Amino acid sequence: MEKENKNIPLVKTKTFINPENEKRSVTAPDGSIIEIDPIKDYFCQDRPKEYKVRSGAVEKFLNWARAESLWVLGFGTGCGSIEIPPLVTPRFDMYRYGVQMRPTPRQSNVFIISGYLSVKTLKRAIRSYEQMPSPKYIIALGSCTINGGMYWDSYNTINRLDHYMPVDVYIAGCMPRPEALLAGFAKLKELIKAGKAEKANEYVRNLDWYKANQKKIIKDWNMPDYNW
Amino acid sequence: MQKIIQDIESRYSVSEKEIRRNNLCFLTIPKNQAISLVTYLRDYQGYSAFTLLTAVDWIEEGHFQLTYLLNNPTNYTEIGVRTMIERDHATMESAHHLWESMQTYQRELKEMFGIDFPGSPRVDEDFILEGWTDIPPYRRDFDTKKYAEETYFPRPGRETNDPAEYMKSKLFPND
Amino acid sequence: MDYSITKFLWTLLGLFIVLNWGMLMSSTMRRIGARVSGRFGIPWYQPWIDLTKLYSLKSQVSHGAMFFLGPVFRLMGGVGIFLFLPIIYGSDHWSNYSFSGDLILILYFQFFGMLGMALGAGEGGHPHSAIGISRGLSQFTTIEVPMTLAVISLAIQYQTLSISDIVAAQQGGFTTWTLWTNPLATAAGMLSLLGAFGHSPFNLVKAPNEIPIGPPTEYHGVFLGVLRTNGAILHVAEAALFMNLFFGGATNWVELIVKTFLIYFWSVFVGTVFPRFRIEQSVRWFLKVPTIIGIIAIIIFL
Repeated sequence: MEKENKNIPLVKTKTFINPENEKRSVTAPDGSIIEIDPIKDYFCQDRPKEYKVRSGAVEKFLNWARAESLWVLGFGTGCGSIEIPPLVTPRFDMYRYGVQMRPTPRQSNVFIISGYLSVKTLKRAIRSYEQMPSPKYIIALGSCTINGGMYWDSYNTINRLDHYMPVDVYIAGCMPRPEALLAGFAKLKELIKAGKAEKANEYVRNLDWYKANQKKIIKDWNMPDYNW
Repeated sequence: MQKIIQDIESRYSVSEKEIRRNNLCFLTIPKNQAISLVTYLRDYQGYSAFTLLTAVDWIEEGHFQLTYLLNNPTNYTEIGVRTMIERDHATMESAHHLWESMQTYQRELKEMFGIDFPGSPRVDEDFILEGWTDIPPYRRDFDTKKYAEETYFPRPGRETNDPAEYMKSKLFPND
Repeated sequence: MDYSITKFLWTLLGLFIVLNWGMLMSSTMRRIGARVSGRFGIPWYQPWIDLTKLYSLKSQVSHGAMFFLGPVFRLMGGVGIFLFLPIIYGSDHWSNYSFSGDLILILYFQFFGMLGMALGAGEGGHPHSAIGISRGLSQFTTIEVPMTLAVISLAIQYQTLSISDIVAAQQGGFTTWTLWTNPLATAAGMLSLLGAFGHSPFNLVKAPNEIPIGPPTEYHGVFLGVLRTNGAILHVAEAALFMNLFFGGATNWVELIVKTFLIYFWSVFVGTVFPRFRIEQSVRWFLKVPTIIGIIAIIIFL
């Protein structure tokens, strides 16, 4: 068996970079030729900062406002993404609890990782997560995000989400029903009101560890280190 | 169905035929005749719908088995054209000129099995595994479990049961 | 015109009332929409919580100066309409800064916010923003056609461009409203209002599920808070404008609240019944029936 393996060429496919992000030289309007590297030039390279946690009644009031106004990013991964649409139907109606869907990461606070994450999806999930303004929260839905679930020995799905992104609330099950998701929202509200849901700051503090883990599996890292 | 098979046998060297139902059969033919047969079926026998292209890794014999599954929308019959290709430096003639969707299947096979299709558009670009550096994961000599345990931080304390044994012990504890 | 500090403070108070009424109205309308689809919908106080949260978020990204100015321009559009609108007829405190030519100025302010938003959202650089803006500008241009025709018809009918004078001419009972004296202009105006309020079938600027949120894709935190504040003010101010033009104005706050609610409800009512147009359908629709009605309304009074 070993002998045969040596004959097989390592099929390293060419990394496909979006043509817009390739290094290139451009002729400026005044005729001079300038080199641009879009990933360095167009994107912010700064490290993120922790958001300030105020103290006393102000923070309590703001935490209450944050808890009662959870805006969920419409990003579905895996089988759990089919459990989210019932939440806006008459049967479950999550609007009653101040949970609303937002289509863009810039406007949302809550990121539901709804099931298994393949490496390709993880890259997109990290980009979306980092674009959300702090304070932000992650709900991990299903056992796939806890220990890999039924995809625990797959070549392409992660096992433990908390090694790549900071998770506030886990909802176990394969798949959890929408009721469980509502219970997860209730738990998240409880945590936020108690001031315990500050995982976004933890992500910033341990950024190097998270980035090392992420870069270990995302081999073609063709984006800035932190996606502003 | 029988008529078409006889017709094909008179034109091509079918080494093996497997008739599953009266509307589904699989024909194994040599590598250099496969695309010709697929083209013949498409253009002259009405098998105009391309269902899928897939590969099976016969590691013991050193082969990849490619299956082109074609559908005839007028009489609802399906023919699978099978061909065996060498496992080492596996290459196959590209058929992207017959159906455009063939490009995607060939791109996937290139990535998952390492079967090359020279000339197929975008065949070298990453499809699902972005930046994969190991041997292609669908080859049977790729140890998925070992790779996952080395790469993806398995959670300690996870127990795994054989489903059949576990159900037996739960449902019939006395046996 | 009176430019004293007291007048300014009264206007500010009016703005505050209008803002809160706008937020309550928007949550009520969302509850009505939810009931239509069999849900309970958001709590009535949800807009205030959302606004508090949005204003407490700290912005981390910038796309340049125009990006900051976009929401400010948009807010200027909403506040500008309010400032020059006699919101309560016959009241010294609430007639704001209305003057003899305010109708023309308000028509300009309607477009002002749109243009500011276009510049700011364009700076954000998201493709959905660009699509939303191009849709918004082309749609609003066609909305303006029947609206302007209706306004010109009113100007010919009442021989004035002052909103206060138009309201004054409608006093004296139900039958003296423009609704009865000039029904064609009212029809053209109310049809263009459907587009101005941006509910379905004309919600293709923000088009949820399609170009997810359109122009404000990159706006977050405080910027989005400013946009939402403007939305609340703008809805009441525009409804009050149509109330003044076609439905006899309001002599007290209760009347204003009832009338603006009903005018806003007209757009929500249509919105819950009809699905969304595509942009070319929307543009064609505004240039057909409402425009023809508007032209006839002018010809009658020539």
